[in-house]
Amino acid sequence: MSTELDCDVAVIGAGPAGLAAATALRQAGVNRVLVFEREPEAGGIPRHCAHPPYGVREYGRLMTGPRYARRNVAAAEAAGVDIRTRHTVVALHPGGGLDLATPDGALRVTARRVLLTTGARETPRSARLISGDRPVGVINTATLQSALYLEHFKPFEAPVIVGTELVSLSAVMSCRRAGIRPVAVIEPNPRPTARWPLTLFPRLCGIPVHLNTTLAGIAGRQRVEGVQLAGPDGSLSTLACDGVLLTGRFTSESSLARLAPHLAVDTASSGPVVDQYGRCSDPAYYAAGNVLRPIETAGWSWREGRAVAGFIAADLAYDLPGPDELVPVRVASPVKYCVPQRLVRSARPGLAELQLRVTEPVRGTLTVSDGTRPLWRASGAFLPERRIRIPLGDPAFLRAPALDIGFESPP
Amino acid sequence: MESRGERSEGLYDVAVIGGGVVGCAVARRFTLEGARVVLLEKAPDILAGASKGNSAILHTGFDAPEGSLELACMQAGYTEYRAIHESLNLPLLTTGAIVAAWNEHDEAELDAIVARAHANGVDNVRRIDRAEVLAREPQLNPAVRGGVLVPDEHVIDPWSAPLAYLTQAMANGAEVRRDCEVTGGAFDGAAWQLDTSRGRIAAAQVINCAGLYGDVVEQRLLGEAHMQIRPRKGQFVVFDKAAAALVDHILLPVPQPRTKGVVVTRTAYGNVLVGPTAEEQDDREHARVDHDTLEALIAAGAERLPALADMPVTAVYAGLRPATEDKEYRIRHEPARHWLTLGGVRSTGLTAALGIAAHAYALYREYVEHQPLASPVTPWVPNIAEHRPRDWQAAGYGEIVCHCELVTRREIEAALASSLPPGDIGGLKRRTRACMGRCQGFYCGARVAQIAGDALATPLSTGAAHEH
Ligand SMILES: Cc1cc2nc3c(=O)[nH]c(=O)nc-3n(C[C@H](O)[C@H](O)[C@H](O)COP(=O)(O)OP(=O)(O)OC[C@H]3O[C@@H](n4cnc5c(N)ncnc54)[C@H](O)[C@@H]3O)c2cc1C
Ligand SMILES: Cc1cc2nc3c(=O)[nH]c(=O)nc-3n(C[C@H](O)[C@H](O)[C@H](O)COP(=O)(O)OP(=O)(O)OC[C@H]3O[C@@H](n4cnc5c(N)ncnc54)[C@H](O)[C@@H]3O)c2cc1C
Repeated sequence: MSTELDCDVAVIGAGPAGLAAATALRQAGVNRVLVFEREPEAGGIPRHCAHPPYGVREYGRLMTGPRYARRNVAAAEAAGVDIRTRHTVVALHPGGGLDLATPDGALRVTARRVLLTTGARETPRSARLISGDRPVGVINTATLQSALYLEHFKPFEAPVIVGTELVSLSAVMSCRRAGIRPVAVIEPNPRPTARWPLTLFPRLCGIPVHLNTTLAGIAGRQRVEGVQLAGPDGSLSTLACDGVLLTGRFTSESSLARLAPHLAVDTASSGPVVDQYGRCSDPAYYAAGNVLRPIETAGWSWREGRAVAGFIAADLAYDLPGPDELVPVRVASPVKYCVPQRLVRSARPGLAELQLRVTEPVRGTLTVSDGTRPLWRASGAFLPERRIRIPLGDPAFLRAPALDIGFESPP
Repeated sequence: MESRGERSEGLYDVAVIGGGVVGCAVARRFTLEGARVVLLEKAPDILAGASKGNSAILHTGFDAPEGSLELACMQAGYTEYRAIHESLNLPLLTTGAIVAAWNEHDEAELDAIVARAHANGVDNVRRIDRAEVLAREPQLNPAVRGGVLVPDEHVIDPWSAPLAYLTQAMANGAEVRRDCEVTGGAFDGAAWQLDTSRGRIAAAQVINCAGLYGDVVEQRLLGEAHMQIRPRKGQFVVFDKAAAALVDHILLPVPQPRTKGVVVTRTAYGNVLVGPTAEEQDDREHARVDHDTLEALIAAGAERLPALADMPVTAVYAGLRPATEDKEYRIRHEPARHWLTLGGVRSTGLTAALGIAAHAYALYREYVEHQPLASPVTPWVPNIAEHRPRDWQAAGYGEIVCHCELVTRREIEAALASSLPPGDIGGLKRRTRACMGRCQGFYCGARVAQIAGDALATPLSTGAAHEH
């Protein structure tokens, strides 16, 4: 027995992107906007990031994650958004039908449009194919933070922190506040991934940072007892610790789309394939926020949510060009991904930029070409996990049979 | 037929050493036959050894050595599983299997495989040509050359099955001691006095089902071992649920002399599994995974099923087979010393366990008589298989705790309150699937740890968190 529910827009996921989008949809005059959130509380990842910086551009002040999450929820509620927590979307059907699990039983939702804002998560130990034993105490940053701030326990006392993306700083801050003393931060690359003033932070906290160092193995039969590290020259050393904190290497939480044959997923970005309006391969579906790509800040996701909400509102008012004529956007290594993955041949403005990442540090000229000639180019140094943006708006992009993005090979 | 006379107070008829799948099935069989059984497991939970990580295939025995005890037990186990699984609420994912040939050498073996299957009584096994292989498995690499269809080879839930066997034994009077290692013992001519890490236990008969430690237990209790365990590790890669749409049958390779080789199969939990390797090692404790080996498995999987290359990895694990000098099961039956070893159950024990248990009882009843239970209780175990109704589909579950596997708070609490509650986090995962999905605890790890509280050995928590 399942209950049925109709709405104009169903938003899946009450993180910054979903809440901002829902609020904007209501403000644009869309009537029934429902947000489905599987957690007991709305707010998304910031709920357990008990530190700044959040909210600077959205609300003009520096906030901690939980405060920012509450602010987003309050704004959505004030705008008349119906937020349903403990509502888990379990399947997506063509044209906007959703199956949900709720504590009161199954729910079937029919929405004119659906917005996916299910976020991103860090890659766990398994998918990193890390060697060794599989003891208790190997976790990601979000698990650490939910242990500390939502469940009020420490998962370890002296972990090794793996990775130097921005989120590893969040990890260091969380450890410090809880009295956890990391024994080291390790990074496989010769330089930290996040920007350098930030990466001084662990050192300032007295935590040794080992660059050019990989995690060669985990040891411990019950709980973690130590790790094996491979240094720059390949030499192995062991380090005693009682936990391993795997940070970063984000991947889109796009499994709903992966399980839905009507929704194309880009294996490069790990998120759903979208056009410049955030519209998926099934035109009843849209996506925004970190489900689109790993990974951006909460503020970026929030603004993207608002922008895509505007396109959905236009679509509902029959004021958005259909996805009939598409320009595919293709990337060549070391470009890791490009979002959106295709452009509708229309002058109606959509998202302002193509968003790219590279897989490795490159110095060179990044170009966009239509197959015969370059339409856009930029020279410089490009680093992994840093934003690379290519402005959209050049009409030549929309005349191309396809866009190819890559680095010019050196002459 | 000799009877062992009146049982004295505190004396068990049978002590089963080891809570692997074999020990659990033996405890069930002997209990149903009327014996007073105690099962002793050294770990905090059952399934701590070989039975923790396997391929979960319910084998027909089509390729087992003709006339072997292994074959007989597999076929008896297969038949009994199919007869009882519904009554215990255990799943059967009907897949069938295809032995796929990838080169001339493989192809040349196919007729012999069919002949062996027919000799083993598995009559519906037949050769299929390349076109039929591809019609049945459209995502398979078109380089496949042909194959053998094994219609009755299926997939089961490797953790719930032994749990159900032991739960049924307990519901009918068997006792289970965990954290209880058998360290020594003596036979006084009538009964065994077993020394354990939790004190003395007396039992008329000992059944050694210690798996990877079968020889060690013999050494400790009999003074010498009739076999030597040589652990053989198998590593696996589990792919995302989206991969399950890529494959229907179990894809078996043409058997190599030493193992069955790398298998690609769906699991009862809705994923796709690639593995296992076969690596001999001395260590009986550590089943380590290795980065390069896992990468090689992914490549091997993608070679057979190219679309796997784009599928995310959900989990990796390794299991240890209790291999010995011999392929055959190692049974040591000494009626005079009231001793029975069911050892060396290397790579078919999940299938064969019920058959091995029946075989063990047949040996035992030659000299001991019990009154079989007239109306045994048949408890249900909770279903965790993907293709059958799960707890989250019924209202009133409170909260979904693990989002990837849709595990409810009600399920976790039921497991913690069950007659055989999980002893450690691994046990909780095996009973509920919590933290076993694609995020591996990213979202729910802390919540699960909090709900389990201090019920589990080696909790995630090292102490309360206070803000500094
Ligand atoms: C540990 C960590 C620290 C971070 N620190 C910072 C920081 O300091 N500053 C910053 O700007 N950014 C930070 N970020 C990034 C930032 O939190 C995220 O980018 C932001 O939350 C993304 O917003 P989102 O709305 O796209 O997704 P999320 O916040 O992840 O929200 C997605 C929501 O969707 C829900 N959901 C998913 N699937 C379903 C389903 N099937 N049914 C119902 N609901 C579902 C989830 O429960 C979740 O609430 C951090 C991220 C992490 C992991
Ligand atoms: C990689 C791999 C793949 C496999 N695939 C399949 C398959 O697809 N189908 C199939 O049918 N079979 C399969 N198997 C085989 C199957 O898993 C084994 O045959 C089976 O698990 C053996 O069970 P067991 O009870 O004999 O041993 P174990 O599971 O090792 O159980 C022995 C138990 O005894 C305990 N113990 C040891 N010493 C003591 C002591 N002194 N005191 C108390 N307790 C003690 C241990 O802790 C352990 O729990 C596979 C095995 C592996 C490793």
